[in-house]
Amino acid sequence: MRLTRQITGLMSFLAIAALVACGGGGGDTGGAEGGGETATPAGTPPAAVADAGSVNGTIDFTGSAPANEPIDMGEEPACAEKHSSPPTRETVVANEGKLANVFVYVKEGLTGEFPAPSEAVEVDQNGCVYIPHVIGVQTGQDVAFKNSDGLLHNIKAAPTENRPFNISQPNNMTSPRSFSAQEVMVPVQCDVHGWMEMYIGVVDHPYFAVSGDDGSFTIENLPPGSYTLEAWHERYGVQTQQVTVEPNGTATVTFAYNASMAANAVVPLGTPIDPHGHHQAGDR
Amino acid sequence: MDGFWRLPQNIATFGGDIDRMFIIIAWITGIVFVAVEALLLFYLIKYRGKPGRKAVFTHGNSRLEIIWTTATALIVVVIGIMSRGLWLDIKDPRRFPEPGLELRITAKQFEWNVTYPGADGQLDTADDFVKRNQLHVPVNVPVKVDLESEDVIHSFYLPELRLKQDAVPGMTIEAWFEATEPGAYTVGCAELCGLGHYRMRGSMTVYAGTEWDTWYQQEIQAVAAAAGGAAPLAGVEGDAAPPADVAAAHVH
Amino acid sequence: MSTIAVPHEAHAAGAHEHHEAIPFIRRYIFSTDHKIIGIQFLFMSLFFLLVGGLLAMAMRWQLAWPSNPDMPLPGGSVLPETMVTDGIMLPEFYNALVTMHGTIMVFFAIMPLLVGVWANYLIPLQIGAPDMAFPRLNMASFWLAVPAGLLMLASFFVVGGAANAGWTGYATLSTSEVYSGVKLGQQLWCVSLVILGFSSLIGAVNYITTLINMRAPGLTWFRLPLSTWALFVTSVLILLAVPILAGGLIMLFFDITIDTTFFRPEGGGQPLLWQHLFWFFGHPEVYILILPAMGFVSDILANGARKPIFGYHAMVWAIVGIGFIGWVVWGHHMFMSGMNPMLGGFFMVTTLIIAVPSAIKTFNWLGTVWGGNIRFHAPMLYALGFVSLFVIGGLSGIFLAAGPVDIPLHDTYFVVAHIHYVLVGGSLFGIFAAITFWYPKMFGRMMSEMLGKIHFALTFIFFNLTFFPMHMLGSGGMMRRLYDPTQYPYLQPQQDTNVFITINALLLFGTQLIFAFNFLWNLWKGKRATENPWEANSLEWSAPSPPPHGNWGGVVPIVNRGPYEYSAPEAEADYWPQTDVAAPVRAAPVSH
Repeated sequence: MRLTRQITGLMSFLAIAALVACGGGGGDTGGAEGGGETATPAGTPPAAVADAGSVNGTIDFTGSAPANEPIDMGEEPACAEKHSSPPTRETVVANEGKLANVFVYVKEGLTGEFPAPSEAVEVDQNGCVYIPHVIGVQTGQDVAFKNSDGLLHNIKAAPTENRPFNISQPNNMTSPRSFSAQEVMVPVQCDVHGWMEMYIGVVDHPYFAVSGDDGSFTIENLPPGSYTLEAWHERYGVQTQQVTVEPNGTATVTFAYNASMAANAVVPLGTPIDPHGHHQAGDR
Repeated sequence: MDGFWRLPQNIATFGGDIDRMFIIIAWITGIVFVAVEALLLFYLIKYRGKPGRKAVFTHGNSRLEIIWTTATALIVVVIGIMSRGLWLDIKDPRRFPEPGLELRITAKQFEWNVTYPGADGQLDTADDFVKRNQLHVPVNVPVKVDLESEDVIHSFYLPELRLKQDAVPGMTIEAWFEATEPGAYTVGCAELCGLGHYRMRGSMTVYAGTEWDTWYQQEIQAVAAAAGGAAPLAGVEGDAAPPADVAAAHVH
Repeated sequence: MSTIAVPHEAHAAGAHEHHEAIPFIRRYIFSTDHKIIGIQFLFMSLFFLLVGGLLAMAMRWQLAWPSNPDMPLPGGSVLPETMVTDGIMLPEFYNALVTMHGTIMVFFAIMPLLVGVWANYLIPLQIGAPDMAFPRLNMASFWLAVPAGLLMLASFFVVGGAANAGWTGYATLSTSEVYSGVKLGQQLWCVSLVILGFSSLIGAVNYITTLINMRAPGLTWFRLPLSTWALFVTSVLILLAVPILAGGLIMLFFDITIDTTFFRPEGGGQPLLWQHLFWFFGHPEVYILILPAMGFVSDILANGARKPIFGYHAMVWAIVGIGFIGWVVWGHHMFMSGMNPMLGGFFMVTTLIIAVPSAIKTFNWLGTVWGGNIRFHAPMLYALGFVSLFVIGGLSGIFLAAGPVDIPLHDTYFVVAHIHYVLVGGSLFGIFAAITFWYPKMFGRMMSEMLGKIHFALTFIFFNLTFFPMHMLGSGGMMRRLYDPTQYPYLQPQQDTNVFITINALLLFGTQLIFAFNFLWNLWKGKRATENPWEANSLEWSAPSPPPHGNWGGVVPIVNRGPYEYSAPEAEADYWPQTDVAAPVRAAPVSH
């Protein structure tokens, strides 16, 4: 009798305690994995707008582009095999006077809210490099980090306006993450393969693009108006240009970079490029 | 993997001494183990309870206490004496042999960055070069490594060289080894250092005689060629101390 | 049966209410009765033993079939993506499993199962006291342990997950979210252990005070059972060691939370300082985790063999010696840490020396069994299991104590084998022995003898099959805390062993269901126990099964002899309780 009540009392207390403990929420996962089509590095094309115009642009590069540092993948033969020519880093990808991997976005001039698209932007880890090297994504939109190498990568993002994360992918898998605040740019790296790095431009709206190998970029479906465009390059820094988009018209813009624009040979990861000096060097 | 204890191949000069101590202790403990368990089992069978019998009423035996205490103490003292000299030879920097090669190994999550002294043979000069996860050493040459860490505690582990030494952030810790046989061996991490701890592996290549010089010259030339031409862009890895602000020009 | 001498006035250890007037809450939930508190600790820690075991099963699954999508973790699909993605366990979750398995087993299972349960339950009963010196403090001790446990469990469910820097929590992995990915979980870990530390400390104060002050008349120190001696020395170790852990944890908490740099080099701190603080506590802690079990085993072996414990005085001094020497061996956890090698030499010597008192105890256990008239009841089987397995654990420690041999073995599965032989083969078998032995006193019923024997045999077999091969994994070079050993080519030949170990571990875990059933079922259905079913001598066996509040109903027992007078020539029976004046005539055989 007494013993029964004794035990019942203890068990019920422990059961309640267990329930309370189990009540917490889950971990910090991203949104639903993107179904449907995978968007391009420049993000999902913006929804059509009446009388929309577009911007076609080029990133010019003058001067001789420095050689990118070669990557020694000797210790990761499974990745080394995937490269037909010796892999290098992608710090400066310049061809015939054009600069690739420049992130361009509308910095000023837009009004209204732009809901995040449901498709994810894919970043693939293949051959132990991030493909693509620079992407743009909207706040709230998923970035689907895919591991096609079947070996351990970790995806360490070091933003300052958003919450940093560090996720591991020990095998082939896809992990979605999203960002809640605009930030140009978020550096991402892998700790297991220290040469791996990429950048993500997080923007509140869909009007952004990344220049291709031929230096060109296009931003479409822009409502007519006057805008400030900003271009970002991981080594040569930021530039802005004003552009006016006529209804149903195409504006052309050119950003000119040259080889002497960076005072230093190294861009610190984790410190966003901030020409106005809001952040001190070494801020994490 | 060798024998009952699966010992990895040993190519260290002091590895033989370590393995010998291991085997001696294995024999001592093995004999004690068998004797104690056998005696226990024997007593359990012989003295199992039988009705009408009474146990031997004794509270102990001082002489036996002294005997087995002394015997145990002697054994452990002997093990201690045998170990101490070898321990200091391996770990005490004052006893390290004169190194033929000095390397700096900087551990970070999750790579071993090995800095070689370059053409001038001195570390911390402009011609040093860094290899990621690759340890290259000549055979029969004492190699001294200065272990450092950028972030958390890692443990530099060379199984075939019977070498293990933690790399602690904020400290530079010295270790040494001498390999006796050319070949390809393992570098591992033996201290939990985060999610990539299990894959913080590298390779150690031990070169016979002149092959070491060949490799070394090749590397030095590659570094010189890169320095001579258009300056290659060194990317930044991990949390290496960043240089000053990027003074970026921008156009409004 | 037992003769009770002239009644004295009971010590009023706190206000005593009449039983009829005590409401349910005060009697069973917020009780000040040491026996209820002991039983509360028992249920709590058995629960945590289960949790810790489940965590280990998840770890073993991953080790046998690393990141293998064809062998997904059972139950993994209900876990969040931060733990298991696409059927594959993530490495940071594995590290959290490793950490929490160790933390929960050491602090919330084994330690309370040895101290919280038995110091509380046995000390007053074995010394003839009606309760502890400070019953309300005792209640506080349990009710601090509960929130500590809840916080530890809660840490699984917070952002970033549970602490994942190992149960040893080495800085700087533990100090910085940037390196480990965990902040809140590690903070909860610190806070939980500090609270648990307070629980242990006030318990220790109670145990020491009670033992020194409240022994029954005639119960001199050298008439105490070895259980009591062991619990006493353990309590002193707790009192002195736990504050150091608490201090270290508070410093760690500040490093994580308010950017102090006790252990972080960027501010001039030293990661090694954490190791010194942790292990200065940690080594006495492992003796806290074994000494009570050694005490129980001594009492049970003497009882089963029907002989006095061999070398009682030597046994006492061995316990005290282990307690003393245990303070100066902590550096053997730090041989590879980068501390001065001269210190390594010192710690090597002290660690080898501490083998001596453990050896003395082992030989005395052999001496106890020699010449006995052995009853192989279930507690005796577990106690014998303890002896045979503890010997292996102790001997493997010798390899690790010798500095040069520690170099290849440090942080490998050789250490894992060693710690599990002493903690499971030793402490857990001692716990099974103690539970089975004192269950009749606690609950007034007997556990099933047959189920006990089956559980013992299967546990013994599966335990050895699980942990013995780990010695070879370790000497073969497999490191600890390795999410996927197959990533190292030189370890791939050993992968079959990992599969073998996992299968036996699962069988070992499953076997514990027998114990759980035996324990729970017989709470209601067990055969009623008599006052002294094992025909034992110490004072608790002269109280009813279970004892009432106050243990002897207001009467103070008088002690006339030591606790090991089994098979005394003057007595016709083969036991002679401490409280008896005259030697008992052999009563009708008690059915076991």
